[in-house]
Amino acid sequence: MKSNSIVFEARQLSCVRDDRVLFADLDFRVTGGQVLLIEGPNGSGKTSLLRILTGLRLPDEGELFWCGSSLEELDSAFYQHIAYVSHGNGLKDDLSVEENLRYARAFGESTLTIDQALEKVGLMGYQDTPVRYLSAGQRRRLALARLLCMKKSLWILDEPFTSLDKKSIATFEQFIQSHVADNGLVVMTSHHDTGLPAEIVQKIEL
Amino acid sequence: MADSSTLNAFVAIVRRDLLLAYRHRAELINPLAFFVLVVTLFPLGVGADVALLKRIAPGVIWVAALLASLLTMDSLFRSDFEDGSLELMVMSPHPLSLLVLGKVTAHWLLSGAPLSLVAPLLAMMFNMEAEAIKILLLTLLLGTPVLSLIGAIAVALTVGLRKGGVLLAILVLPLYVPVLIFASNAVDAAMAGFPVSGQLYMMSAMLFLAITLTPWPTAAALKMSLS
Repeated sequence: MKSNSIVFEARQLSCVRDDRVLFADLDFRVTGGQVLLIEGPNGSGKTSLLRILTGLRLPDEGELFWCGSSLEELDSAFYQHIAYVSHGNGLKDDLSVEENLRYARAFGESTLTIDQALEKVGLMGYQDTPVRYLSAGQRRRLALARLLCMKKSLWILDEPFTSLDKKSIATFEQFIQSHVADNGLVVMTSHHDTGLPAEIVQKIEL
Repeated sequence: MADSSTLNAFVAIVRRDLLLAYRHRAELINPLAFFVLVVTLFPLGVGADVALLKRIAPGVIWVAALLASLLTMDSLFRSDFEDGSLELMVMSPHPLSLLVLGKVTAHWLLSGAPLSLVAPLLAMMFNMEAEAIKILLLTLLLGTPVLSLIGAIAVALTVGLRKGGVLLAILVLPLYVPVLIFASNAVDAAMAGFPVSGQLYMMSAMLFLAITLTPWPTAAALKMSLS
């Protein structure tokens, strides 16, 4: 992929929920190598915006464009490029760490092996532990390991640092930086102050 | 994009659901126990009239199988919906309708298939002949997948509701009726010594229609439930 060939663009997005306008006429344009940080108080529609960006929810108005083509036209082709980590993590409590990752890897091209991904997030040695016995922070790290082993250019992260300790946050910020340096895109929400370099971060206030 | 990677995803879903069911073995018994209990209660309720029991056996067994299968339907997408793995399934690059078919396949292997295999034993209790039992087994093997496939549409529609149970039954039962009619009619005819190929062809047609047509509305309903 040529540098800066990826563009993710939103035009005039609006979201209405229970007769309340969460946001209206939102425009942004992120290119490969950038992080879009969405900020705002609780209930300002950050998660709704992320769900719109993933295509799970339709915007009430406006359109999204991936490399110039509308998301509606792209449909499932768009999903080859996108990875989403939600509040729910999307893990199965009754499966082991390794089984969860193996299942996730069956859905697309992967870059890292299961062990490499676990090594990166510091979950080595937990392969056979059922997810039920992991702490909230470890679950989060497993969800992030799933992100790391898939080959996706757009990461959409909903509060990725929730329940992570300081050291893990720093490590994960490095992963974000190297993903971005590799011409990747990240759209994320966060309540924490991120240690990401200001030149790659674009902020939106909802 | 129905290539080998889609097949991988399909197999991964079936395998994961079977593994999850294996981790909860006790829950697998519930629909089977329900099925066996309902069927065994009938002779106690209607009395030990052998001729009467034999006559009502196909209907009783089929109605019990239908209700037992309905009982298991609600769990089809429930846990995936709650833990967020349904979102990841919807967001995969593969056609959602095929992935849904994987979910339903696993579900049938865990509900419809065991029900079908237990049914001949129950049929013997009702003094049915071997020939009729064979037809009963055939109708169950053809019919229960249809129940799972049709039920999946309704489950996908109601998965986002907190109390979708009754609504699910109301949505699904009218669609189950043709399967019930053809199946119990086939077994009745077999017991009377008439040919049953007509009913069996009809049921096969229903099965293939259900396999090819139901995954699309199910996939669309899932997307609606998630948004």
